[in-house]
Amino acid sequence: MTSHMLLSLALRSAAMGYVLVLIFLPLAALAQQSVAAGLDRFTQDLSAPQAAAALWLTVETAAIATAINAVFGTLSALVLVRYEFPGRWLLNALVDLPFAIPTLVAGLMIAAIYGPTSLLGTWLQQGGMAVLYNQPSIILAMLFVTMPFTIRSLQPVLMGLERDQEEAAFTLGASPWMTFWKVTVPSVLPGLLTGVFLTFVRALGEFGSIVIVAGNIPMKTQVASVYVYGEIESYNPQAATSVSVLILLISFLVLLLLERLTRRPGERLPRLLQWMRGRDEGGNGSVVPTAAV
Amino acid sequence: MKIEVRGLTKKFGSGTAVGDVSFVVHEGELLGLLGPSGSGKTTVLRLIAGLEIPTAGDIFIDGKRVNDLTVQERNIGFVFQHYALFKHLTVFDNIAFGLKIKKWSRRDIEQRVQELLALMSLEGLGGRYPHQLSGGQRQRVAIARALAPRPAVLLMDEPFGAVDAKVRQELREWLIRLHTDLNVTSLFVTHDQEEAMEVSGRIIVFSKGKLEQAGSPADVYEEPATEFVARFIGSMNIVEGVVRREQVQVGSLEFPAPGFPDGQKLQVGFRPYYLKVAEDPTRYRQQAKLRHIYFLGVAYRLEIETADGLILRSRMNKEEFRRCHFTVGQAVSFAVTHFRILPQEGATAAIGSETGTPITGPLTP
Repeated sequence: MTSHMLLSLALRSAAMGYVLVLIFLPLAALAQQSVAAGLDRFTQDLSAPQAAAALWLTVETAAIATAINAVFGTLSALVLVRYEFPGRWLLNALVDLPFAIPTLVAGLMIAAIYGPTSLLGTWLQQGGMAVLYNQPSIILAMLFVTMPFTIRSLQPVLMGLERDQEEAAFTLGASPWMTFWKVTVPSVLPGLLTGVFLTFVRALGEFGSIVIVAGNIPMKTQVASVYVYGEIESYNPQAATSVSVLILLISFLVLLLLERLTRRPGERLPRLLQWMRGRDEGGNGSVVPTAAV
Repeated sequence: MKIEVRGLTKKFGSGTAVGDVSFVVHEGELLGLLGPSGSGKTTVLRLIAGLEIPTAGDIFIDGKRVNDLTVQERNIGFVFQHYALFKHLTVFDNIAFGLKIKKWSRRDIEQRVQELLALMSLEGLGGRYPHQLSGGQRQRVAIARALAPRPAVLLMDEPFGAVDAKVRQELREWLIRLHTDLNVTSLFVTHDQEEAMEVSGRIIVFSKGKLEQAGSPADVYEEPATEFVARFIGSMNIVEGVVRREQVQVGSLEFPAPGFPDGQKLQVGFRPYYLKVAEDPTRYRQQAKLRHIYFLGVAYRLEIETADGLILRSRMNKEEFRRCHFTVGQAVSFAVTHFRILPQEGATAAIGSETGTPITGPLTP
């Protein structure tokens, strides 16, 4: 065995071992714990009204936050990449802030703006749209902590996108709007999907900021992660484990789907795109026999 | 459809990319815009397409002023330098893109795309993606996509720039045939003079945002209107001298310059194949030393140095070269059989030969 082969083996083992120790082992331990008491117990834990409500609320608010950040993240990335304006560097630096500060602090910031001590908070409350200790605050917290994902995954692909593809669409008669949907978005779709999926799974697991702003009222504003924390605090680790495992399972499936959708660009992706474009345009490609490559 | 530009000017910041350019592309013509990189030729193409807004000047397509029309409304076909194919669409969907935008019926789209695939020798490739094609195939898809909606004019930016030399030759011949078949008014940009000569019916030479000369390949080659054109098109020996008694004196060389006043500085140009070199030092009047011999495949190039230190290039075909027995460093004799007095700024130009009567004629700069 040459030294080169040895090195390569050592590197691979180290990488595998790292992932195994850091991620797989804790995962397996948790999964083992959750089913140790039997699958009946697992389903019972999940169907407890308070647990089910927390899970449903989490998925719902995470989905809303993801949709909002997908749209505004895309817009922000476009503006940051395509337009020169004074203060762009500052805006660009601010985008990473949510990554850099503790999420508890993020929660405090939101509480400060929308709380009863602030003008905005008081005004909203008088108007009957209280944000703090209500569901919108959960979405706000999720939006804050996940904001960088879409922007940062789109920026490099947008910079790499040659403008001439868009110009080609213009010369063929496509309006800027049509060009955006038919050329720009499909071209950056892998980056967009990565951003969107990461946003969703990150929002599912958010705890620190939500625990401060949501009020954590069971059946109303208590999300899954806060529910898990509460169950641990009240000596019910079994229920905590079951809900955790389900959240993990959802996240893992979402990430698997992402991996599958974005792998092998140009081969996997077009099929997804054909599906996205719907049946009015689909099927044209199949009229022409595809030659083997 | 005819294209005409009048006084076209484009400024970027403080720089002028295109300065007061006027020309006409006749109906059905294949015209080449030739110039070094940065000469503004691509900007002219983009201005005509509507991808850039002119600072001044008018653009007419088919007699209609199109300045105020958007790129979408101008009905042009544009082939980008790096093709700009939609990577996420198949060849079929790339070509069909413009037709779908224009809401053609599905049956018409199918028919038109198949027609173009056949015309471009791309049969059977409709289901492939751009990354599965060769450079030449991509280029043909780009042309097919541009032609699909039946544009009034076809604009091509360095259409052969991104493929290798052998494919480029095939594509040139193919483009000429295509143009003969379709007869679409076409304008293409190139920095390659050989390509411009071979492909276009007429050439427009650009330098630094200015139009230098417009004419047939033969005109531009044989009668360069400016020093730039003379230097840029083909290879040319250019020497400078002062007029004395209607002769330009360049060291021991004398070129007739009838009508030019004494003391005027003139540039004289002659192509390498008009410089005859002999190993016999008495064969021609002028003397020089052979400095280098270059083998060019189809011919040889000789570099000679005169006693005055002028370095001149001569081109010789293989048969001629074989009859002589040159060795580098030997003394040779030479003569210039044809030359041109290169036009000065705003002056008239003259062509002539050392022995015969000079031919003079006004040339529009």
